[in-house]
Amino acid sequence: MPSISRDEVAHLARLARLAVTEEELDLFAGQLDQIVQAVAKVGDVADQDIPPTSHAVPLTNVFRADLVRPGLTQQQALAAAPAAEDGRFRVPRILGEEA
Amino acid sequence: MTDLIRLTAAELAAKIQAKDVSAVEVAQAHLDRIGAVDSAVHAFLHVDTERALQAAKAVDEDVAAGRPAASPLAGVPLALKDVLTMQGAPTTCGSKMLEGWNPPYDATVTLKLLQAGVVILGKTNMDEFAMGSSTENSAYGTTHNPWDLDRIPGGSGGGSAAALAAFEAPLAIGTDTGGSIRQPGSVTGTVGVKPTYGTVSRYGLVAFSSSLDQAGPCARTVLDAALLHEVIGGHDPLDSTSIDAPLPPVVAAAREGANGELTGVRVGVVTQFAGDGYQPGVLASFEAAVAQLKELGAEIVEVSCPSFDLALPAYYLIAPSECSSNLARFDAMRYGLRVGDDATRSAEEVMSLTREAGFGPEVKRRIMLGTYALSSGYYDAYYGSAQKVRTLISRDFDAAFGTVDVLISPTTPTTAFRIGERANDPMAMYKADLCTIPSNLAGNAALSVPSGLSDDDGLPVGLQIMSPALQDHRGYRVAAAYEAARNAAQGGPLINRVPELEVAH
Repeated sequence: MPSISRDEVAHLARLARLAVTEEELDLFAGQLDQIVQAVAKVGDVADQDIPPTSHAVPLTNVFRADLVRPGLTQQQALAAAPAAEDGRFRVPRILGEEA
Repeated sequence: MTDLIRLTAAELAAKIQAKDVSAVEVAQAHLDRIGAVDSAVHAFLHVDTERALQAAKAVDEDVAAGRPAASPLAGVPLALKDVLTMQGAPTTCGSKMLEGWNPPYDATVTLKLLQAGVVILGKTNMDEFAMGSSTENSAYGTTHNPWDLDRIPGGSGGGSAAALAAFEAPLAIGTDTGGSIRQPGSVTGTVGVKPTYGTVSRYGLVAFSSSLDQAGPCARTVLDAALLHEVIGGHDPLDSTSIDAPLPPVVAAAREGANGELTGVRVGVVTQFAGDGYQPGVLASFEAAVAQLKELGAEIVEVSCPSFDLALPAYYLIAPSECSSNLARFDAMRYGLRVGDDATRSAEEVMSLTREAGFGPEVKRRIMLGTYALSSGYYDAYYGSAQKVRTLISRDFDAAFGTVDVLISPTTPTTAFRIGERANDPMAMYKADLCTIPSNLAGNAALSVPSGLSDDDGLPVGLQIMSPALQDHRGYRVAAAYEAARNAAQGGPLINRVPELEVAH
């Protein structure tokens, strides 16, 4: 019987970069457990030798003509940026304090 | 003038070309209608009055100059789901994450609409990032069903469907990942079509579950949906999953079907989609539809698709898995919301705070569910098994289409439920997609056409017609024949029975 603990939900939230609240952990732990129990039925076929389907219409090596076509200008690319500086995206620090 | 909003797209286009009415008058009539009723319906997140009138004016100039129409829908107004990008208007996907985001490019579907002279009125409300069956997951408020404003209009494309049923637009675009075009069509008494996967470009469609997402036409008649289908469909080099093949002849099929003859057409009734959990009035409407198809000459057979029982569980592993990957792009760095950037916090902290603030509960649930299903130790049991189920579902379809031309079922197990009724019960909400999901997993074509009102609550019911991949025209033919017969038997189009909305002054 699958089950997702509150701690496990907290771990998933960290992996998914979601700073969830304590109240959300309580709510989501119960709901995710319920959903996982309902979808676990797919495990009925786990042992069967069936090829997996990842895409309804399998296509491989889709190429287009190697032609130059216009992309976004720097101004367009930066237009929706939360913060920009000197014509670039300004982002928060990516290393820890001690680094 | 008010009658203009009740005409079909085909009728409007003909009147514009015949100079009976100008495209500007048509656009203005719909803009006025939006102004009068949308405070109650809330189908639109953004109305683009100025550009709509400009586009209509350009069509009128073509007509005046005697230039050939850009398409059979030139001058016809349309409501665009807010998950497709359009320059000069915000694309929010119903999320705070993208509040006020002005995309720097047009979706291929948008571009084709503009080139066809279709008049885009604005962007419609939806469940956040297309995750939901009621529009209650929109960050910008719920859309109300014009048949009963206390009820949901379906989802995720509830805004598009409600715009049609409220006569705010004769055409709309939806996207269907697990039923988001067909289920809203069903509960609003309108027509909704999910084309074969890969036949309408996904370029500029903000991705939720890339192997399932498919844009398609929404309308009040089968022919209007077919006309719109041919405008938006076709191969697109900008979408690497786009199929490089001619579009199925859906308009010809809709016209052929309207002659009302289905002799020799083999129709399979999916036996799995009945019984517990189905509203009696929905089943009664479905049975009446089956009888009507029989009268039109179709041969009805029962078909068992045993793997369809596993479709819903497989979908709620595959779609969240792809969603957890796709929505990783909302990282607060290049566009969209950024929260907590106080010059002390790291990028990772800002990212987590932003995603916490920007996503609603259903999106968070699905991201975490997908993260779980893809994590090592669980991958084989969940995601791997779901992919095997996907194969089994395709095999069931293949076997069924070996003996029948199309498959039918109710579109969704119930009529429109009350706003709030399922909001705190994710599994109950998910069951709205029970009958629509198999076609997404197999990538084939499916549509919903109104089958009347449920005799237990007087609300619209939809008939789902499923066709093999690239055989979309089969469904159109059957739907058009059925629509004509139902209209004749029940005293005109179902949509004429939608209650009058109170008009704001």
